[in-house]
Amino acid sequence: MARQSGTGTSATRRLGILVILMLAGLALCGLWFSAEDVVQGSTVRIMYIHVPSIWTAYIAFGLTGLCSAVYLSGKNRSLAWDRVAGASGEIGVLFVAVSLVTGSMWGRLTWGTYWVWDARLTSTAFLFITYVGYLAVRQLGGTHRQRARRSSVLALLAILEIPLVHFSVTLWRSLHQEASVANPNAKVELDGLMLFSLFLGLVAFTLLFVWLVLHRQRAMMLEDAFSDRGLDVAITARRNEAGVQLS
Amino acid sequence: MKHASFIFGSWGITAVSVGVYAFWVIRRGRELAKHATREEMPWT
Repeated sequence: MARQSGTGTSATRRLGILVILMLAGLALCGLWFSAEDVVQGSTVRIMYIHVPSIWTAYIAFGLTGLCSAVYLSGKNRSLAWDRVAGASGEIGVLFVAVSLVTGSMWGRLTWGTYWVWDARLTSTAFLFITYVGYLAVRQLGGTHRQRARRSSVLALLAILEIPLVHFSVTLWRSLHQEASVANPNAKVELDGLMLFSLFLGLVAFTLLFVWLVLHRQRAMMLEDAFSDRGLDVAITARRNEAGVQLS
Repeated sequence: MKHASFIFGSWGITAVSVGVYAFWVIRRGRELAKHATREEMPWT
């Protein structure tokens, strides 16, 4: 048996420490040092976690789609691609849920309601449900390759929802604001520290995502190995049983 | 700070959700690693 080191390495430990420091810095800048918004007042502080959450969800689902495409198009069809896709999808679901909850709380303060069936909110909720379905499909029975094939096909269909969510604010009339900081025509002037806090949040959440994917896909590798081991034991037992009956 | 309950609440929900998931991932990895061979853990 290997020594008990879990799914960590010295690199992931260093990355984890960096992420913790960046998140602490984000909390200080976002909740304490950055100025209040002229229009939204203190409620703008929710932006520093809401925007990085949906950004991370987009990256996660993008990686799920990319790894699924590589798995289906590759000659050797390595299951490592499927495991990264699965880990990334799981983390994406977590961050889109966080984005929905924080957005709902922000909406209560700015719009006066937690929820409204508007294009952006509804499409994001649909995105969440789709990827919960993706995770459910991964749990269906069958071999690892069957799991990888069916979930990869589903991931390639689900990724089509991302542009729908992102452009929903321009395609339909929406209560949700359009892209502002990333839009060069929006003429949004953010205070330096507000902009820094936002970008610190984006970088910190992205690195947190990388750290989580590294650990989760390694845990999935072990789950697959144990599942194979269990199958081998069952096959051996069955053969022994058949051998006893024949003799 | 105005609306402090909503602001700290949203940050708290985020921190707790991500923290609990990260803790679960690490613990799951450690539990599985206890029974794994070195060949099954190529990152070690």
